[in-house]
Amino acid sequence: MGELSAVEPVIATRALTKRYRGGQLAVDGLDLTVPAGSVFGFLGPNGSGKTTTIRMLMGLIEPTSGTARVLGRPMPRATRAVLPHVGALIEGPALYGFLSGRDNLIRYDSADPAADPRTRRARVAAALDRVGLTAAAGKKAKAYSLGMKQRLGLAAALLQPRRLLVLDEPTNGLDPQGMREIRALIRELASEGTTVFLSSHLLDEIEQVCTHAAVMTQGRLITQGPVAELSAGARGRLVVTTPDPAEAARVLKEQGVSDVVVTDERVTGEPPDRDLADVNTALVTAGVRVRGFTVERASLEDAFVALTGEGFDVAG
Amino acid sequence: MSRAEVVESVRPVSPLWTFGLLRSELTTTFRRWRTLALLAVLAAVPVLVGIAVKMETSDGSSPGGGGGGGPAFISQITNNGLFLVFTALAATLPFFLPMAIGVVAGDAIAGEANAGTLRYLLVAPAGRSRLLLTKYATVVIFCLAATLVVAVSALTVGALLFPLGDLTTISGTQISFAEGLGRALLIALAVAASLIGVAALGLFVSTLTGSGIAAMATTVGLLITVQILDQIPQLHALQPYFFSHYWLSFADLMREPVYWDDLTKNLGLQALYAVVFGSAAWARFTTKDITA
Repeated sequence: MGELSAVEPVIATRALTKRYRGGQLAVDGLDLTVPAGSVFGFLGPNGSGKTTTIRMLMGLIEPTSGTARVLGRPMPRATRAVLPHVGALIEGPALYGFLSGRDNLIRYDSADPAADPRTRRARVAAALDRVGLTAAAGKKAKAYSLGMKQRLGLAAALLQPRRLLVLDEPTNGLDPQGMREIRALIRELASEGTTVFLSSHLLDEIEQVCTHAAVMTQGRLITQGPVAELSAGARGRLVVTTPDPAEAARVLKEQGVSDVVVTDERVTGEPPDRDLADVNTALVTAGVRVRGFTVERASLEDAFVALTGEGFDVAG
Repeated sequence: MSRAEVVESVRPVSPLWTFGLLRSELTTTFRRWRTLALLAVLAAVPVLVGIAVKMETSDGSSPGGGGGGGPAFISQITNNGLFLVFTALAATLPFFLPMAIGVVAGDAIAGEANAGTLRYLLVAPAGRSRLLLTKYATVVIFCLAATLVVAVSALTVGALLFPLGDLTTISGTQISFAEGLGRALLIALAVAASLIGVAALGLFVSTLTGSGIAAMATTVGLLITVQILDQIPQLHALQPYFFSHYWLSFADLMREPVYWDDLTKNLGLQALYAVVFGSAAWARFTTKDITA
């Protein structure tokens, strides 16, 4: 990560705030830093302010206060200089239903002042090919399935080589095969040096493709950083599999394991701060027959749940 | 090397780029089924008028009855098919033409916002002022296209159903058919220019809402309201500022010599509407949060 912090971040916001006219505070003092070259996962429940943030970054919404810099330039002031380097998929694709897929891309490319009209046809064909829509390029967009529309929206973001891709829920409406393809495409783009800013509600998606992540709830940023550090923040759980669960639970409590839960032959708990080898020895010494003794690694989902407090409703 | 420096190295933008955007806007507008339907309705009006006049006069009586009702020039169509052009423009100018303009102008921004395509045009980035200007230019070109559709359809029907030849102006003088055609073209241009005010008003309404239907309905509603108010004598002092007040001045182009007074007043009024509502649309659109 050392070489990344040397260059200016691709996205940097300072106390970015948006209060809508109704008085609703959508984004509250956001300090977001997206390092160059990262695949940045932007997580948060619906209504947490993710989309408002993305719209402010793209110059569609004026912040109430605070600043946003994209590719080192202030937004929304520098939209003309910045946005040709940015491909965006915001809140799902929007298409002209009466135009073919190809003509939709030609329309969007014509709106880009930095796009060369002489290479337009070739770039449109390349973008269609990249998302696997070449065969359906001549079909009217209103006849497209949701997944095809999503792909066409992605193709519009890929009409030019980009420094930054902002993808809001890019796998929405895709089947598992389509999701895999899009994830592979994101990895490929990232390996070419494009920074990808990916908002998603699918945690495993973020975990699979992202190097960094940030979590938002109720307009505030709760945490941000490399994915590995975030999931390390949530501690794993000690899992002991044994035919003597009651005795095991007693010994584990003695050994400082908290929140001990017994389910059939599985005893789980928060591991203590001491060496787990000693805990295992204590179990064996007490005559507990141990079949399995592991620490289950915390996933990003655990980190997310720990941070936002969501997902506990079911347990209640 | 800082990333910020890289941003500066955008391909130098050709000043002709705006015309590329205009071309895209024009093809998008004229490929819409709705636009073609509006033009088809406009083309049908002269056909209906022509057939009606032909049927009414087939027994040798003069059209419009003895009372002189109906649109201007209608009684002369049987003598000269070219008069169908003037009659058709006079018949469509109060409602059909401005309604078509209101639909296209009202939909210009609001329709894109409604479909969500507006956000993608703006992040492309089309530029808000440039996009608005392109939209307005497209609506004005549509004004001209709509008027020409009426005129050409009327000329075709007139030539098919009625004799053509020299014609008599309102002042009673005789002009050749060729000059008559020239006058018809001028009249079409005057009619198209009469619609510039409605176009600006429609575009302004379009920046206020995120619903294309609402913008179209509001614009057409305003159009009808203004035309009703223009008939109320108590509003005499205000009427010269209604965009429709001098619309029928195009008939003055059929005088000999041409009576320019109301024609220039009409052009001045349309320019005023374009400036006032154009500025209002610009002020609104360039500062608006795009949440659709």
